[in-house]
Amino acid sequence: MISRREFVVAATAAASLATASGRSLAQVASSGKLTQDDLLRFDATGKVTLLHITDTHAQLNPVYFREPSVNLGVGETKGLPPHVTGAAFLDQFKIKPGSPQAYALTSEDFVALAKAYGRMGGFDRIAALVKAIRAERGDDNVLLLAGGDELQGSWTSLKTRGEDVLQALKALKLDAMVGHWEFTYGADRVKEIAEAGPFAFLAQNIRSLEWQEEVFPAAKVFERGGAKIAVIGQAYPRTPIANPRWMTPDWEFGLREDDLRRQVESARSGGADVVVLLSHNGFDVDRKLARRVKGLDVILTAHTHDAIPMAVEVDKTLLIASGSHGKFLSRLDLDVKDGRVAGYRFGLIPVFSDAIAPDAEMTKLVADARAPYAAELAREVGRTESVLYRRGNFNGTLDDVICQAMIEQRDVEIALSPAFRWGTSLLPGDPITFEAISNATAVTYPNCYRSAMTGKQFKDVLEDIADNIFNPDPYFQGGGDMVRLGGVGYAIDVAQPIGKRISNLTLLRSGAPIEADRSYTVAGWASVNQNVEGPPIWEVVERHVADRKTIKVEPNDAIKVTGA
Amino acid sequence: MMLFEQSRSRREAMRLAAISVAVAALTPRLAFAKPEDVKAEMDKLYGGKEMATGKLKLDMPEIAENGLVVPINIEVESPMTEADYVKSVSVFAEGNPFPRVLTYHFTPACGRAAASLRMRLAQTQNVIAVAETSTGQLYTAKSEVKVTIGGCGG
Amino acid sequence: MAKTSARVRVPPKAKKDEIIEVKTLVSHEMESGVRKDSSGKIVPRNIINRFTAAFNGKVVFEAEWFPSVSANPYQSFFFKAQESGEFTFTWKDDQGQETTAKAKLEVA
Repeated sequence: MISRREFVVAATAAASLATASGRSLAQVASSGKLTQDDLLRFDATGKVTLLHITDTHAQLNPVYFREPSVNLGVGETKGLPPHVTGAAFLDQFKIKPGSPQAYALTSEDFVALAKAYGRMGGFDRIAALVKAIRAERGDDNVLLLAGGDELQGSWTSLKTRGEDVLQALKALKLDAMVGHWEFTYGADRVKEIAEAGPFAFLAQNIRSLEWQEEVFPAAKVFERGGAKIAVIGQAYPRTPIANPRWMTPDWEFGLREDDLRRQVESARSGGADVVVLLSHNGFDVDRKLARRVKGLDVILTAHTHDAIPMAVEVDKTLLIASGSHGKFLSRLDLDVKDGRVAGYRFGLIPVFSDAIAPDAEMTKLVADARAPYAAELAREVGRTESVLYRRGNFNGTLDDVICQAMIEQRDVEIALSPAFRWGTSLLPGDPITFEAISNATAVTYPNCYRSAMTGKQFKDVLEDIADNIFNPDPYFQGGGDMVRLGGVGYAIDVAQPIGKRISNLTLLRSGAPIEADRSYTVAGWASVNQNVEGPPIWEVVERHVADRKTIKVEPNDAIKVTGA
Repeated sequence: MMLFEQSRSRREAMRLAAISVAVAALTPRLAFAKPEDVKAEMDKLYGGKEMATGKLKLDMPEIAENGLVVPINIEVESPMTEADYVKSVSVFAEGNPFPRVLTYHFTPACGRAAASLRMRLAQTQNVIAVAETSTGQLYTAKSEVKVTIGGCGG
Repeated sequence: MAKTSARVRVPPKAKKDEIIEVKTLVSHEMESGVRKDSSGKIVPRNIINRFTAAFNGKVVFEAEWFPSVSANPYQSFFFKAQESGEFTFTWKDDQGQETTAKAKLEVA
C-alpha cells in the first residue's frame, strides 16, 4: 500500500488539464484535494476513446522527471508549443504557479513542487487509470496505443532486452505500438517482439534495403465504438543516423511522406472512419507533416517528450503530445458520425502516483520483473546535494556529472555526452543509487571511448550536431538535443546556418581558445560505430560518484546561447 | 591517471571527426563538382532550353542514412502513349566528383515514367533531375540531401 | 575479371494493361575511378555503365549509369503488361563484361 499523500491544490488537475481544446483552462479553479477521481473526471463525448502513452523509457515505477527549462524553437516553430517553457508556458496555458499542472508540465519551482506533489507515473498507476477508463467507456470502445521508446531506458529493460516492459504492456492490453530505441536491441529482437504480439508493431516507413519491401505491417484497422479506426505506424525516421545503423543493417527508414499518403488513401478507400498516425517523428516534424499529408484525423506524437495540455489543431488534424516517462496518459474521445470525426474532447491526464490507487496485478508484475535485480538497483553509490536532471537543449546537471566523470576517470581534456531526452531526475538529498545512474545510461552500446580530435574536427562535430537540432526546417532535424560537453565552453547562435553557429570555443581547464590544428584528448560514449572499446559508461559514472561520495553541481555558465 | 585500456580504429576517429563514411567511396581530396559544372553539363544536354517545374517528382530522403546508398525515386506525370511520353530523365549531383549520376530512357511500354535506384552522396548537396518528353517539354526538380554524422538519438 | 550475379523480381502473372514494378539487383563494386588504394594509387574506374531491359526482344527501358551510382546497383522501373513473354536484362561494365538475367511474365 502506498501512503495517500493529501495535498491541497489550487485547481483540480484533471479538471483543468483534461479540458477540451477551445475551452478555457482557467474555467476550472476550485481548491481541494487531488484524488484519483479528479484525475479521471472527463466530460465524455462520442463513442470512441483513444488512449496514448509514449516514451515511457521503461520506467515501470513512479519517477521524478523535470521538464525542460530551455527548449528553443527556430524558424516557424519559434514561440509555438512545445517551444515554450517555464513561466511563459504557465502563462500561455493559464496555469497557476505552484499548482499540480505547473509541477507536471514545467520546470518552475521543480524541487519544491516535487516534494509537495511526489513522483509521477508508474505502470501500476497507469494500469489503474486505463482500467477505470475502460470500465467507464466499455472495452470495445477504447483503443490503447503506445508511441515508442517504451522498452529502453532502465537497467531491468537492458538486462531483459525489453521483456519486463513488454509484459507490462501486454497486461495493459496494448493494441499497437511503434518503435525507436526498441531498434537498439537489434533487428532480430524487434522482429521477435513484433511477431510475438498480441499487439501490433507498426511501421509504414521501414523497408528492406535490398528489395525495398515492407519489414513490418504499415497499418492496422480496429473496430471501436462502432467505427473503423485505421492506425498507421511511423517509426523514428532517423533511427539509423541517431542510433547505430549496424544494429539494423538491412533496413532503411526515412519519413516516406509519399508512402504515408498512399497508406492514408488505402485506409480511406478501405472504409476507415478515422485515420490515426501513431508517430515517433517528433512534434515539429509532425506539425509540418500534418500540413503536407492530408486526411489524417489524429497524429499521436512522440520522441520529443513534449507534454501539451491541449490538442494542437493543424488544418483538420489533431496533434496530441503525451509527455514521457509515464508522467501522462492522454485521452482523446472522438465523436464519429457519417464516416468522419464530428467532434472531440481531449485530456492530458497527469499520473500523480500518490493520488492513484495502484493496480495490484501490475504492482506484482513490476515487482516480480525487478526482483532479480533488486540488490543492484538499490545499491547506494553516493548522494546528491543538487537537483540532477538531463532534459533541455543544453547540458543538464546530470550531464555535467557524467561529463566530469569521463574527464576524471578517463583522463581527458574534453568529454562529450549524448543529448538523450530520457533519464530521470533526482532531488537534493536523494541517494544516487545504481538504478539512478542506469536510468540515464542504460543503452546497448555503452562503451566509453577515449580518443583524440583536432580543434577543427571538434568544431565540425558541434556544427553538425547543432544543425541537427536548430535547422529551421524540421525535416532536416535529427537526433536529440545539443550534445553535452565537459571541459569546454562555447557560444552558440541558434539562428545561424550550419558552420556559423558555434564560436568562442574555450578549453575550460586553461581558459585558452580551442586551436583548430591542436589535438585534444576526448572521451565520449554511445558512439554509433561498431566495436567501440572502453568501459560501460555506468561504470565510469559509478566510480566517479563513489570517489566523490557527495555530488554538488555548480551552475554551468560555459554555454552562451543567442539567436533564440 | 589512465584507468582503462583504450583502443580505437582509425575509422572511428574519422567518424568522430564528422567526415562522413560516404567519402570512403568518393575520396574528398579530389575536386568535387560545383553547381556550375552541373549547369554546364545540363546546357550540353539540353542547350539551355527553358525548364518547367511541377510534373517531375524527385523523391529523396532529407537526411541520408548512409551516404553510400541514398535512395532516389523519380516519377514524371505523363500519359506514356506513343504520342506523348517521357523520353528521358537525367540526374545530376552538385557535390560529387562527377556532375552526372544517370540517364534513363523510357518508352511508352513502361506505362509509368518512374524508377528507383540508390546513389552515393559525398557530402550535403543538391540533387537535380531533368525530364524530357517526346513532345520536347523539359521539366526539372531539385532535392537537398543532408549527409551528417547524426545527432544523439533523442 | 570480377564475378557478377544478378537477381530480378518480376510478378509472374499480370492482367492485360496492368502496370507492374520490375526490380533488379546486380553485384558489382562500381569502382568510381577516384578512390585510392592503400599504396595511394588511384584504382581505375570500372562501373556498369549501361543497364538494358528488353521484353520479347524489344528494349523497353534503359539506364546510363555514372560513378555516383552505388555499388551493387538496384534498379526498379515499371512495365505495362500487354502480352505474355520474357524479359531480358543486361548489365555492361567498362571492361566489357556483360551480365544477363531473364524473367517470364504471363499475361492473362
